[in-house]
Amino acid sequence: MTSVRIPLARIAHARSGDKADWVDFGLFAWNLAGYRLLEREVTAARVRAHFAPWLPGEVDAWALPNILALKFVLRGALQGGGARNLRLDNLGKAMAGALLRLEIEVTEAELEEALNTPRVAWWGEGVA
Amino acid sequence: MKSIRIGAGLGFYGDNWEPVAASIERGGVRFIASDHLAELTLAILQKDRQRDPALGYARDVVPMLLRLWPLMRERGVRFVCNAGGLNPMGAAQAVLAAFAAKGWRARIAVVSGDDVLPRLLDASTPSDELTHLFTGESVSQVRERLVFGNAYLGAAPIVQALDAGADIVITGRVADAALFLGPLVHGLGWTLGGATEPQDLNRLAQGLTVGHLLECSGQGSGGNFGSQGAWQAIPDPAHIGYPIAEVWEDGTALITKAPGTGGRVNFDTVRQQLLYEVHNPHAYHSPDVVLDMGGIVLHDEGHDRVRLTGARGQAPGPMLKVVAGYRDGFKAEVTWGFSWPDAWDKAQAATATIRQLLQDKRIPHDELFVEYPGLNSAHGALAPLPDAAALNAMNEVWTRLVLRTPEKSAADGFGRLFPWLALSGPAYTCGFNGLHNTSELLGIWPTLIARALVEPGVKVDFLGDKA
Repeated sequence: MTSVRIPLARIAHARSGDKADWVDFGLFAWNLAGYRLLEREVTAARVRAHFAPWLPGEVDAWALPNILALKFVLRGALQGGGARNLRLDNLGKAMAGALLRLEIEVTEAELEEALNTPRVAWWGEGVA
Repeated sequence: MKSIRIGAGLGFYGDNWEPVAASIERGGVRFIASDHLAELTLAILQKDRQRDPALGYARDVVPMLLRLWPLMRERGVRFVCNAGGLNPMGAAQAVLAAFAAKGWRARIAVVSGDDVLPRLLDASTPSDELTHLFTGESVSQVRERLVFGNAYLGAAPIVQALDAGADIVITGRVADAALFLGPLVHGLGWTLGGATEPQDLNRLAQGLTVGHLLECSGQGSGGNFGSQGAWQAIPDPAHIGYPIAEVWEDGTALITKAPGTGGRVNFDTVRQQLLYEVHNPHAYHSPDVVLDMGGIVLHDEGHDRVRLTGARGQAPGPMLKVVAGYRDGFKAEVTWGFSWPDAWDKAQAATATIRQLLQDKRIPHDELFVEYPGLNSAHGALAPLPDAAALNAMNEVWTRLVLRTPEKSAADGFGRLFPWLALSGPAYTCGFNGLHNTSELLGIWPTLIARALVEPGVKVDFLGDKA
């Protein structure tokens, strides 16, 4: 079976937020097929390794199959906290995008299924 | 079964209130709850209060209510907010003064008692109290630099204020979701204090979840929807409707928005907000209930209607969360652009010159932080940079240099290191900003405090007269 490397952005969406020096991420699959891939591939260790070249902090993870989501917390991500962080993105609002850069390896069949299974959410008439 | 509708107000100090007008006019809401206080907002308000002791509250509440109060009064909509910040009484007085100038009347309840700075400053506090929630460090390390410290209160004083007939409730620091839980407990007759029955706790957990989904205004209805290639499908963002919840006595809730507004309420947009700024989703703490999201069901009914069930609650513990802020040095920042050709190399050379000057002049500093907006300021080392040749072929390269220093005078002088380089530095600079650009940095100190030290001091005062 041919496998492919894809960034999470292909099969997931995400939002980041801050509490003091910790940034947290919600990572969401569009459907159950995508969720199975996230749950298998995107472990706390993978997220930690992904951010390590930039922000080498501990990562906690939780799975929420009821909403097809994973939750991550990255510690020590904001130079001590938003009000002392010198970065332009002092609150880590853009950091969910950095998570969506993380690449995972899936088979072509798995990718097809994740992309072609309809979304759970209602996106209006005429929107897939 | 009885139900009530509650609408989201602002999601932060500075947010847009026109969508709130739509919720009042067309959304059938009985209550609006408005969150003006992000984690850092008290730091801003503290600076206001230093300048003028009458300030220290989120000043946008005054123009906001001047716009919304006539709409609310006409429909009997009641308003709860935490715009009081560090000075809830000052906020209420400012609102009443603005109302008086219009000939309007309102009964305002003021909730205070969240200020725990005196306890934090008290050097006789045992060293194992008020330790840093994440690192366990002793507060004595920052005690002398503390500028504010506030406990997150729960919904009880808001319920008390509404039960007593307040039109408007203004609080200081309360748990954001408590702004919503308060009206739900009041309106639906739920058991709040001392609840131990699973049915009561699960209803509170549902109410807390509703509050969490609504407390960030447009983030609960398709705003800030982080995705590649999907956000474009959010309709009419210019007229986004903030989320509205209809909540039944048994805790079941429907998340929706006012008809004819933009934005989107669906499984995707709602769950992005559900997990926002949550750590352990099985133990999301609040003063009123500990929420487990593990059984939550978000049923997307289509057409901007999502049904929420399954939140589970546990009784809260004996501690309240506190967020304190302490002075942590200064920063000064400069933004400086160079244009083609060799823009990247020129930016590097210019930065090296500044580093040299800092050294030559022995300017005290902890770090010179450098990033390149447009290249790596958002994703740091995870942002792939083009190679040097491609970087030098770029039209422009912008450099942002930020000095972190314990000395205010060093920060004040930072911008003055630059102007001479316009004539004596690399060519084709295309912009410079930050000659005078000092600001104070604040460290955040999250900790816990015993309820018994806070709750006896919580007060509800009433000002003004019923309309």
